[in-house]
Amino acid sequence: MAKISVDGIEYEVNPANNLLQECLSQGLDLPYFCWHPCMGSVGACRQCAVKQYRNAEDKTGTVVMACMTPASDGSIISINDKQATDFRSHVIESLMISHPHDCPVCEEGGECHLQDMTQMSGHNYRRYDFKKVTHRNQDLGPFINHEMNRCIACYRCVRFYDDYAGGTDLAALGSHHHVYFGRHEEGTLENEFSGNLVEVCPTGVFTDKTFSAHYTRKWDLQTAPSICSGCGAGCNTTPGERYGTLRRIVNRYHHDLNGYFLCDRGRFGYDANNSRDRVGEALYRHAHTDGEPRKALSAIEGARQLDAMASGELIGIGSPRASLESNMALRQRVGPQNFFSGMGDAQLSCATEVISLLQEPGLNCPDIRSLELSDCVLVVNEDITNTSARMALALRQATRNAASAMAQDARIPLWQDAAVRELAQHSRSPLIILSPQGTRLDDVASDTFLGTVEQQIVFVQSVAHAIDANCPAPNCAPENGAQVTSVANALCAAKRPSIVSGLSAESLALIKATANLARALREYRHRHGAANPSVDLCFAMPEVNTMGLALLMKEGGGSLSSALSILRTGKADAAIVLENDLYRRASAEAVDAALASKTPLIVIDHLHNAFNAKAHLLLPAATMAEQGGTWVNYEARAQHSYQVFQPEGSTRAAYEWLVPNNPVRGPSVHGDALLQELAGESRSFAPLLELLSSRSGIAALMKSPRQSHRFSGRTAMHANVHVHETKQAQDPHSPLSFSMEGLLLQKDASLMSAAWAPAWNSNQAISKFQEEINGELKQGNKGVHLLARDGERGSYNKVEHAPEQGLAKYFIEHLFGSEEISAASPAIQARAVPAYACIGKGLAQSLGVHQHGLLRLCADRYSVELPVLIRDRIADQCVGIYCGGEVNRASLCGSVSIEAVAKDANVLASARAMFSHLVISDTLPREG
Amino acid sequence: MLRLIKDTLISQVVTLWRVFVHAFAKTDTVEYPDVQPQMAARWRGRIILSRDPDGEERCVACNLCAVACPVDCIALQKTEDEEGRWYPEFFRINFSRCIMCGFCEEACPTNAIQLTPDFEMAEYVRQDMVWEKEDLLINGTGKYHDYNFYRVAGKKIRGKDKGEALNEAPPVNVRSLLP
Amino acid sequence: MRFEVGSALSIGAILFTVIIVAAMLIWVERRLLGLWQERLGPNRVGPFGLLQVVADMIKIFTKEDWVPPFADKFSFILAPPIIMVVILMSFSVIPFAPGVGVIDSDIGVLFVLAMASLGAYSVMLGGLASNNKYALLGSLRAAAQMVSYEVFMGISLLGVVALTGSFNLREIVLAQSDGWYVVPQFVGFVIFLIAGVAESHRLPFDIPEAEQEIVAGYHTEYSGMKFGMFFVGEYLGVLLISSLLVVLFCGGWLGPAFLPPIVWFALKTAFFIAFFILLRAAIPRPRYDQLMNYGWLFLLPLSLLNLLLTGAFILWQGGM
Repeated sequence: MAKISVDGIEYEVNPANNLLQECLSQGLDLPYFCWHPCMGSVGACRQCAVKQYRNAEDKTGTVVMACMTPASDGSIISINDKQATDFRSHVIESLMISHPHDCPVCEEGGECHLQDMTQMSGHNYRRYDFKKVTHRNQDLGPFINHEMNRCIACYRCVRFYDDYAGGTDLAALGSHHHVYFGRHEEGTLENEFSGNLVEVCPTGVFTDKTFSAHYTRKWDLQTAPSICSGCGAGCNTTPGERYGTLRRIVNRYHHDLNGYFLCDRGRFGYDANNSRDRVGEALYRHAHTDGEPRKALSAIEGARQLDAMASGELIGIGSPRASLESNMALRQRVGPQNFFSGMGDAQLSCATEVISLLQEPGLNCPDIRSLELSDCVLVVNEDITNTSARMALALRQATRNAASAMAQDARIPLWQDAAVRELAQHSRSPLIILSPQGTRLDDVASDTFLGTVEQQIVFVQSVAHAIDANCPAPNCAPENGAQVTSVANALCAAKRPSIVSGLSAESLALIKATANLARALREYRHRHGAANPSVDLCFAMPEVNTMGLALLMKEGGGSLSSALSILRTGKADAAIVLENDLYRRASAEAVDAALASKTPLIVIDHLHNAFNAKAHLLLPAATMAEQGGTWVNYEARAQHSYQVFQPEGSTRAAYEWLVPNNPVRGPSVHGDALLQELAGESRSFAPLLELLSSRSGIAALMKSPRQSHRFSGRTAMHANVHVHETKQAQDPHSPLSFSMEGLLLQKDASLMSAAWAPAWNSNQAISKFQEEINGELKQGNKGVHLLARDGERGSYNKVEHAPEQGLAKYFIEHLFGSEEISAASPAIQARAVPAYACIGKGLAQSLGVHQHGLLRLCADRYSVELPVLIRDRIADQCVGIYCGGEVNRASLCGSVSIEAVAKDANVLASARAMFSHLVISDTLPREG
Repeated sequence: MLRLIKDTLISQVVTLWRVFVHAFAKTDTVEYPDVQPQMAARWRGRIILSRDPDGEERCVACNLCAVACPVDCIALQKTEDEEGRWYPEFFRINFSRCIMCGFCEEACPTNAIQLTPDFEMAEYVRQDMVWEKEDLLINGTGKYHDYNFYRVAGKKIRGKDKGEALNEAPPVNVRSLLP
Repeated sequence: MRFEVGSALSIGAILFTVIIVAAMLIWVERRLLGLWQERLGPNRVGPFGLLQVVADMIKIFTKEDWVPPFADKFSFILAPPIIMVVILMSFSVIPFAPGVGVIDSDIGVLFVLAMASLGAYSVMLGGLASNNKYALLGSLRAAAQMVSYEVFMGISLLGVVALTGSFNLREIVLAQSDGWYVVPQFVGFVIFLIAGVAESHRLPFDIPEAEQEIVAGYHTEYSGMKFGMFFVGEYLGVLLISSLLVVLFCGGWLGPAFLPPIVWFALKTAFFIAFFILLRAAIPRPRYDQLMNYGWLFLLPLSLLNLLLTGAFILWQGGM
């Protein structure tokens, strides 16, 4: 700890950081632009000038940039010194010379860091008489709006997009006052994290295009702390609502998980909430009148109909995208023995295996922040950028740990971003990627292995065997022994190795092999006396509550296939399916056979789809933003999301529908009771009590407002319907209120949805809520870890695994389109591609198929024709299949044969158009 | 004693006299509606939305009036035309809540929302006091004749390209190597 | 004791006139207040707003006549008529002009004082029966104020009575044919004026109904015509005190012969009524304790002194 003096007051600070960061950590107001807590300093904007004195006698001092000056012990600085404030006001005046006077028509207005800093620095009148520099804008695709005139050239965008997120298509172009931040030509920003430009840009150069289409100022949004429903990472978000529709999602800082950044699926997938395909009202038809249109019911009629139908022998099918509360309510309604997993059987068995690995001592499941600290990462099969993108961004940062080590050796502080990058050049920590095709992380990978899932299993087993000879060797030797040795060496040399995989292959053998590798590494580290012998091992989860449902299934219940066979044989009197499209879970044939028995089918879901079109009773379910719920992420961290707004019409949280004999189904139904019951029932879920008590503690004090203190239009927004203002919606069970009233938690982030502090209207206000910059949130609620980490110290598994018959295949995931709900968002749809098949050049030649031609895939009793993409980097003799929303994945799980189909020119042209906006990486990994 | 008499009697008599003299002063009452009152141009009455000198809507739906409104009686939604000009999709004032404080006019960066000297706004049905954009928008510039926000702001709209606003240089050619 | 009763017709005429004049005072007061406050006052109903009174009466007659459930019904209903009746009875001894009057009583002055004392019951009962804290406070104030000021009212008159040597109001008027008593009895005149304002609890002495403090005092719970009776009773009181001032101190109907005596009486009365209204327009209300102190510590000694000096003067004159 070092002591510094700021304007005569002493502060204890961390000498490893710079003055700006430490001043902000202490809650002082010091303006800045180019510095970003996650990206360090470059000293470009000159806005954070302070006066530094040599010693107590020095009364003259020198103006220095706080962001470029270490907070060394005994520093004496002044923020309020006249010369420093003058300096800062002149700097902001220069930065504003060409600013276009368009705040009223700027989406950033009201949450603009530039506005805040201009106010803080005291500039208010343009004295410069010459002409303003102007720029032409670019169309940057469906996500991002470009308004280059507003730029103040802080370089944050390219530093994030290129340096941090690894993008290649945004650059600083031109020179001096002509400098231009954009693409070399108009076109969609390709990077998966482009949405963060909206939050990184301190002004309105990059704004959210989807938000602009139904724009609302920040202060007018009704917000609540929420969780991203895009994948199993559990990123924290803040959705904002106005006039009954969801307007946008922004990042909500979580120290261990998403930090400052979200992926584009999480940020732009929200529009599914406002989709035309939403189930708006309860729909009913009698079980024996299939084919007739369904009749709309009111909420009360729908609930009564549910009670009438749900009698006798009931079965319930849960969902990995429904909350714990909803799954639990269904389980209670039908009884634990009649509750069936809504996941495919293979996925469930994989998830169950992952749960046991999570409990195993010595295998540590890292949060996303910890992943960034790993100095050697092995990715097994998972295309992590497309399944759990925020983790991929962390892996990209992990490769910079070599640079950090070099900087530390050279005694360069890590916040000296440009210097550290200059020093490291292309030195990166090892990132080894095993994958059937080139991935978006290949550009920072130290080594890649292209192989089918089979080949990867063999490879992983060989590496494990090479690390620890006790680990069983694979049946067959790998083709490339040298690579096995180098990978094994890299893993053994690492101080903090991580192994990352996922469920997307749905291969239990792969998971077991990966676990064996982690165990072998653990044994090795233990033997060699590593300070911390545990090994980081994590598996990305495909859906927001996959882990929660898998944990629930551990307490009893059946698989999806057994549920379908019960339905097929007509043994059940009715079935309730919770937020699930079973065509995505099981083969179309099996589902159709189950539905043929005409068992009354009740489905509760948000979006219309092919499956719930066949439901006899379809009830509208609330989405993530419309309900409060508890969700379990890939590391078994249970987090609560709060209801952002009450949906119109009869839409209810699924658990509200499911509580029996409650015709009102209003807010009287309460998810906390379900959680309490669950916590009491099982040891795995016992920590939920902690989550519940932390919430009731806050609620006991005073409600916290969902609306900002500047929320406008209260007496006019519904006046077109009726001039008499209706009663404010009530929320008796949560610590939040649907109004402006309540305690604004200024320094308490427990219920913080939108960061705001006096004079800090932009998202940069988050620093006021952190213990220190980049630190934990003050009293923040991080969620609770559900599983006790006290399982058996597992021994090596025998990896049993029958080699696949026929052509090897794998399934491709895409960030835009693979996830069911976000795929209904128009902006995501604009980036998504329809289903396609992907093969290598060799296979293409032997089949006689050309780029963008047609390929027929034939499985047992299923065949589909798909346009083909011929890639450079893909495992030999193997076909990749991207299912999108239209191809039934489960039907293709068996052996598949492929053949070329004669193509006509139209098909070719449309396929070429479709692939034109597909972002894939076929770049070779870097040298070394 | 004298003091008491002065306080209790003399001063009261003086007061009575002074009040009595008011009988010969001119009455202030204006006999509305028989006589129409002279309203000052800056009187804060009925709110209108004006148009700029080119006849386009001045309101750019920036929401500043709504947030300035102390009774929260303004609600609007931004939308934009194909060429990027912002305007309100709906603009609603609940005059049954409005207190004619004029904060909206002060907050307006484009001189769009203005208060007029018209105060005859009573209705028999309260619902009729909710005014939408169609009711508020006039065909004129109101009190401020010359100001056109988009002539000053650097955003491109129909009929005004980049670099054509007040005090702007033509757009930079990034590919040029010239200094 | 002479005792003459006028014809039923003249009684009816006087009663009618008095009530109509009292009612019109409502309009007169509002117009005069307007005049002094540089505004117009009621001018929309009928010519010059003269029919405003009619409009008010229609309103007050058609209002719901409500007796609160918590009130003492009997005395609640009884209270308002009392004030009407006692004041109207007081008018029976007023000599309006030669030959115009109800009775010519030798104890006229005493009768008026007696009736004024009875008037206190109306206000007190009304407040008590209302069973409302503000009404109770109002009636307590009214009782104290009226009882107190009656004392000096009576004493201030004694000078006039002593000079005339009679309680007969008609004789008092006739005794002023060579000089109004306002000159020799100026102090008595002023005290009677002040006590009269307090008796009729007009502004600035409307302490029993001070609306800024106790809602509306004793008539808080009254509505409809019962309130109307209190209301008209107040104006009758104004009329009565003005008439008495004219009769006792300003020579009654006496005046130059170019106008008939009744007109002289009316003009003088009108002057005092206008003065009452001017008081309302000009002078703020004192505090309750200030009112009591002023009465007992200043007006009472002063009125006694006045009586003493008058007595001494009469004795001195008689001894000459």
